[in-house]
Amino acid sequence: MDNYMKLELPSKSQNEAFARIVVAAFAAQADPTLDEISDVKTAVSEAVTNAVIHGYENKSGTIVVSATLQGRKLEVTVIDYGVGIEDLEQARMPLYTSKPELERSGMGFTIMENFMDECDVISEPGKGTTVRMVKIFGKKEPAEA
Amino acid sequence: MEVKFVRVGSTLIVRMAGELDHHAAEILRTKIDAKLKREGVRDLLFDFQKVQFMDSSGLGMVLGRYKLVSAQGGKVLACGLNPRVKRIFEMAGLQKRIIICRSEEEALREHRGEKDG
Ligand SMILES: Nc1ncnc2c1ncn2[C@@H]1O[C@H](COP(=O)(O)OP(=O)(O)O)[C@@H](O)[C@H]1O
Ligand SMILES: [Mg+2]
Repeated sequence: MDNYMKLELPSKSQNEAFARIVVAAFAAQADPTLDEISDVKTAVSEAVTNAVIHGYENKSGTIVVSATLQGRKLEVTVIDYGVGIEDLEQARMPLYTSKPELERSGMGFTIMENFMDECDVISEPGKGTTVRMVKIFGKKEPAEA
Repeated sequence: MEVKFVRVGSTLIVRMAGELDHHAAEILRTKIDAKLKREGVRDLLFDFQKVQFMDSSGLGMVLGRYKLVSAQGGKVLACGLNPRVKRIFEMAGLQKRIIICRSEEEALREHRGEKDG
């Protein structure tokens, strides 16, 4: 079963829930567990929220969310054309945030890394940021099996 | 996200229902801060029993309230965390600052015990 989807939406905080629900619904065809779906929802929420808050700094811009399924491998990409990230290593450190005044926790990338099997970030200052994440469903045996 | 406030003694209980993401956290923190000011309470108890989803924006909102409340000598408690919400709390080390309890009853009891002792 190979499939793909692509979603383009303005950087509004209302769209964070919409984006994660769309990706979760798309991923459902690969028969993930409830926990796996929650992992994906949380990771997508983090990436889209970062595009809204950091990428576009709460101003208007376009976010592109796309996903592919190859068998039970889900790949999700979240793209913004915003400010970009100067220091990726620092950005990915647990508890690091460049916006403490907005009550950010600095745990977004840590959650994406923990909840997904892969998480790569490509970013260029002034051009934007792409977050690519992979989740392979069925890696852990279900408890009752 | 829906929210209800209940005051028990010097504690403000925040009963949340729904998904606590960035969008919801922004609205919720404004409501909580207004309520804290108006009610003049000391402590804050977050009831997560009906929260099915939380991401790192929820953590930021809870930590922000912790800073406000603890600066005034109050405590912040949280109860009813599902295993996922609990895992996210612990990833950020929130259990070092926020008192985590099973239920509202336990939170209020524990807390009263601490005050008397
Ligand atoms: N899409 C993005 N565009 C620009 N900067 C970003 C983006 N995503 C993340 N960042 C940077 O990486 C930091 C860490 O992100 P994250 O771990 O999600 O924490 P938080 O969102 O709480 O700040 C952010 O504070 C920001 O500086
Ligand atoms: Mg973030």
